[in-house]
Amino acid sequence: MYNPAGSALEDGTAVLQPVLDVRNLTVTYRTDKGPLDIVRNVSLQVAPGEIYGLVGESGSGKTTLARAVVRYLAANGSLTADTLKLGDTDLLTLSRAEMRKVWGSRITMVHQDPGAAVNPSIPVGEQIAEVARVHLHLSPGEARKKALEMLGLVRMPDPESVARRYAHQLSGGMLQRVLIATAMATNPELMIMDEPTTALDVTTEAVILDLLNELMTDYNTAILYITHNLGVVARICSRIGVMYAGEIMEEGPVKKVFRSRLHPYTRGLLGSVPRVDASKKDVHLKAITGQIPRPEELPEGCIFSPRCELAEGDCLIARPPLVQADGDHYTACRRWQELLHLKEKEQHEGPVRGAYDSAKGPLVLEAREIKKHFRSSGGLSSLFSRESGPIKAVDDMSVRLRGGFTMGIVGESGCGKTTFARCLAGLEEATSGEIALEGVTLPYSVNRRKQSDLKKIQMVFQNPDASLNPQHQAGVSVARPLILLGGMNRSEVRSRVRELFRAVNLPEDYIYRLPHELSGGEKQRVAIARAFAADPILMLCDEPISALDVSVQASLINLLAELQEKNETAYLFISHDLAAVRHISDWIAVVYLGRLWEVGSADDVFVPPYHPYTEALLSAIPVPDPEVSQEQIRLRGSVPSAVNIPSGCRFHTRCPRKIGPICEEKEPPWQESGFHHKICCHIPLPRLKEMQGKGCFFNSSAEGEEC
Amino acid sequence: MAKDNRGNSKPSSPFSFLKKLRRYPATAIGFIIVFLFILIAIIGPSIAPYPYTEQKLSERLAPPSEEHIFGTDQYGRDIFSRILVGSRDVLLVAGSGTAMAVMLGLLLGLFSGYRGGLLDEIVMRLMDVILSIPPLLLAMVILFSLGPSRLNVIIVVGFLYIPMVARVVRSVVLDLKTRQFVEAARMRGEKSGYILFREIFPNVLPHLAVEASMRFSYAIFLVASLGFLGLGVQPPSPDWGLMVGEARTWFHQARWILLFPAGAIALLVVGVGFMSDGLRRMLLPGGVSDV
Repeated sequence: MYNPAGSALEDGTAVLQPVLDVRNLTVTYRTDKGPLDIVRNVSLQVAPGEIYGLVGESGSGKTTLARAVVRYLAANGSLTADTLKLGDTDLLTLSRAEMRKVWGSRITMVHQDPGAAVNPSIPVGEQIAEVARVHLHLSPGEARKKALEMLGLVRMPDPESVARRYAHQLSGGMLQRVLIATAMATNPELMIMDEPTTALDVTTEAVILDLLNELMTDYNTAILYITHNLGVVARICSRIGVMYAGEIMEEGPVKKVFRSRLHPYTRGLLGSVPRVDASKKDVHLKAITGQIPRPEELPEGCIFSPRCELAEGDCLIARPPLVQADGDHYTACRRWQELLHLKEKEQHEGPVRGAYDSAKGPLVLEAREIKKHFRSSGGLSSLFSRESGPIKAVDDMSVRLRGGFTMGIVGESGCGKTTFARCLAGLEEATSGEIALEGVTLPYSVNRRKQSDLKKIQMVFQNPDASLNPQHQAGVSVARPLILLGGMNRSEVRSRVRELFRAVNLPEDYIYRLPHELSGGEKQRVAIARAFAADPILMLCDEPISALDVSVQASLINLLAELQEKNETAYLFISHDLAAVRHISDWIAVVYLGRLWEVGSADDVFVPPYHPYTEALLSAIPVPDPEVSQEQIRLRGSVPSAVNIPSGCRFHTRCPRKIGPICEEKEPPWQESGFHHKICCHIPLPRLKEMQGKGCFFNSSAEGEEC
Repeated sequence: MAKDNRGNSKPSSPFSFLKKLRRYPATAIGFIIVFLFILIAIIGPSIAPYPYTEQKLSERLAPPSEEHIFGTDQYGRDIFSRILVGSRDVLLVAGSGTAMAVMLGLLLGLFSGYRGGLLDEIVMRLMDVILSIPPLLLAMVILFSLGPSRLNVIIVVGFLYIPMVARVVRSVVLDLKTRQFVEAARMRGEKSGYILFREIFPNVLPHLAVEASMRFSYAIFLVASLGFLGLGVQPPSPDWGLMVGEARTWFHQARWILLFPAGAIALLVVGVGFMSDGLRRMLLPGGVSDV
C-alpha cells in the first residue's frame, strides 16, 4: 500500500525501484528513564536522483532517523524495522564490518558544520583522495586526479590550489563544497545531508543549493535532505516528509504538500515563516503554541493534538495512522478531508498596526558617520607581529530612527552590522562619529554614560543561552534594571516584574526558575522582559530569533511587534534573515563591508530599483513556496577582508552588475530614488530599474505573488 | 503560554547526587576514601590503641600482629597509631595550603582576567615565573631559608599552587566576561564589583571546586615529599612522609614500616583523584569551556 516513490514520478513514466526503502522503522534508546522510542513506525522511500526533504522543529527526530537509516546509532540505541533496504541490499542483515564498506561508498553524509567535518591538519585534496583510495581502490596518483576532478565538479575555482589548502584557509561555503565533493567521489547511491547550509550565509547557501540542483541532473544519487528551512525544501526537494516528535505527519510531492497542507502541523510551520513579500502591516504570523512533547511524555492520541487547534474528541484517544490522501500524498491527520476545504486562516488576520505613514514619532536615534576600527592585535604579541592595518569593521555608517519605528539592518555575516549595534550600545567604543539620542550626544563607552542615558538604550542578544546568567533566577535578571535604573522599592519591583512576565507571555512562577529550566524561546522572552524593564526608547535587537525554531521565531516576532506598539519603542533589528527583517521593519538598511548601500522604507527596498547587492540578497532567499520562481543572481566568492577593503565601490569585486573601471576607481554617489529611499551605486537608477525588470520574485503559476 | 517545558532538567536534590554516584563507581569510591580519611583525622587520636610516641624498645621492628596490626617501627612505636594520628597532619597541612592557594589564586585570576590589559599581563607573567621553577626545588629553597615548620610548609604549598589556580580562574573569567549576560549588566550600569562577584563569580565556582580538589591531591604528595626529605614537620611527629623517610634505613629488615605509611599516602591521593574526576563530571558536564 505504501509505495510513494514507486509511483512518485508525476509524469508516471517509470516505476523505479527506490534507492532507500524503509518500512516501520522504530529507534529506541536506553536511558535513565527506561527505553524511549525516539522514532516510531516511520516509512519512507527515496527514488534515484530524488531529493527528499525531511523537515520539522528541532527535537523532532530528523537526525536520529537519518542515522538509523544508515545504522549509525549511539551505543545505547537500537532499531527495529520491517524493511531497511539500500537498493537490493538488506541493511538489517549486514554485519558491522559489511556496514563499514557501505558507509562512505554507497551511503555518504554531509554534515551541518563544515568546519568540524574537515580534518584541519590534512590538505582538503588529500581528504578527497583518501576516500577514492579506500573505497574506489585507486592508486595514489589516480586518487589525486580524482580529487581534482571532484573539486572541479563542485565548481571550485582553481581546484589545483584549493586541493593543497587546509581547512582554515577556506571559507565555510568552500568547505561545504569540499565535503560535497568528498561525498560524491564514490558516486554513492544515497547521500544524507544534515542541515548542510544552515551555518552558511544566504548568498552562499544559494550557491550550494544551485550546485545540488545541477549535480542531481547529471547524477543518479538520491539525497535525504534534512533541514528546518521550508524555503530550502521548496527550492530543491521533489518530495517532503514533515516530521514531528518522531513520526511522519505528512508526506508527498513538495508542490502538493505546500499547496494543500493536509496536516495542521505543516500548516503551522508554513504559517509561522515570515515571507519576503509581506510585512507586519499585512499579516500576523501564526505561531504554533507550546512545544514538542518529550519522548517520555507523549500524549495518548494524536501526538500533535496538544498543540493543534483542530483537535477534538477522537484526536485525543487514538493515534491516527498515516493515510493516503491523494495518490502519493499521505497525512497522519484524521480530519484531513475537512482541511482540504478549511479556509486558510493562517497568516491573514488583517492589519496588525498602522503603517509607517502614520504620524511621525520624535527623532530618537541619530548616529552620524560611525566608524569602528579594530587594531589587529594588542598586548605584548603586537611587538612581535608585523604591522598590518586596522580591521575596519564599521566604516562610516549613519542612521536616523524615530520612535515607534523599526529599522532593519541586513547583510552577510562579517559585514559589521553587529559591531554597529554594539557601538550604539557602548559595548564597543566607536572610533569616531556621533551617537545622539533624543538630540543628546552620548559618550562612546557604556561605562561613561549617565544612568538616564543607559535607561534609554537596551539590547536583546542573539544567543539565548548566553544572555541570561545561569546562576540567577529569571526574576532576578528582570529585577536588576528596575532597581538600578527605575529606582523602585522592593514591592514596586516585585509587582513590575510580574507585569513584565505577563507582558512577554510567561507564567508568573517562571520568575523563580533558573535559565537551564527554560527552553530557548522562553529564555529569549526573559531577555526581552529584562530589556523592557528599563523602559527604553531604543531597543537594539541583535539577531534575537536566529537561534530558535521557526514556530518559536514567529511568536517572538509577534511579541516584539506587540510590545513596540504598546511602548512606542524604536527598534534597530539586525538579522541575516531578510524575510524576518521585511516582516518586522518599517525601514531597511543594507550593509556591506561596514557601510550602508541602500536605505529606504521596507516596501521600496524590496522592489526595483534596488542596489545590486540587495538584489543578490533577495534572489538568494529561499522562499517557502515551490510555485515562486526567483531570478538567479549569485555572488562570487565571499566577503573580502575588512583589512584590505577594495578600492572605489567596495562591492565591485563581487558585483554582478559591474559596469566598468569606474566601479574600481571611484566611490559611488548616493542617488535619491523616492521618499527617503537612497541607493549608493554608479549605475543611474532608471538604468538599474530597467535591468532589474519586474523584480526578484515572480509566480510561475498565475496567482498574484509578486512584490 | 508554553505549558510544556522541553529540555528542562528538574531541580537537583540530594538523591540525584547519590544516583549520579551510583553511575560512576570510581567516583563513589573516591568520595568514600576521602570521607574515611577525614573521619580518621577527626577521631583518630582518640581511637589509637597506643600513644603515637610510646616507645617499646623490646618490641622494635615487630611484624604485624594482633597487638600491633601494622607492626612497630625502629623505636618500637605502633605504626597503626602513628598513621591514625598522622592523618590529621596531612589533611591539615595539605588542606590549608590548598585553601590558601585557592583563595589567592581566585582573587588574582578574577581581577587579572576581568581588568585585562597591563595588570593582567604583569600578573600572568609573574605566575609564569613561578611555574617555570620545578616546584620541589622552589619548595626546598624556601624551606631552607624559612626553616622547616608546619606553618612554613603550608605557606610553601599555598604559594606554589597559586599560579595554577589563577590561570584556571582567569581563563574562565575571560570566557564569561564576553557573555551577553555580563554585557547586559554593563548596559544597565552595574558596578564592577557587582559584575565580578555576583555575575561572574558564581559561574566560576564549579571550575574552582574541581581545580581545588585537584590541587589538594597534588598538595598531599608535596607535603609528603617534603616530609620525606626532612624539610617539613620534624620528628617525632607522625608525619607520613617523614615515616617513609625514616623507614628507608630499616626497610630491608622490616618492609611493613615503609609499606603502611606509603600505602596511606597512595590511598589518599588516589581517593582525592577519583573524587576530583567525579566533581569534574558532575559540575562541568560539557568540559572546561562549558559554564
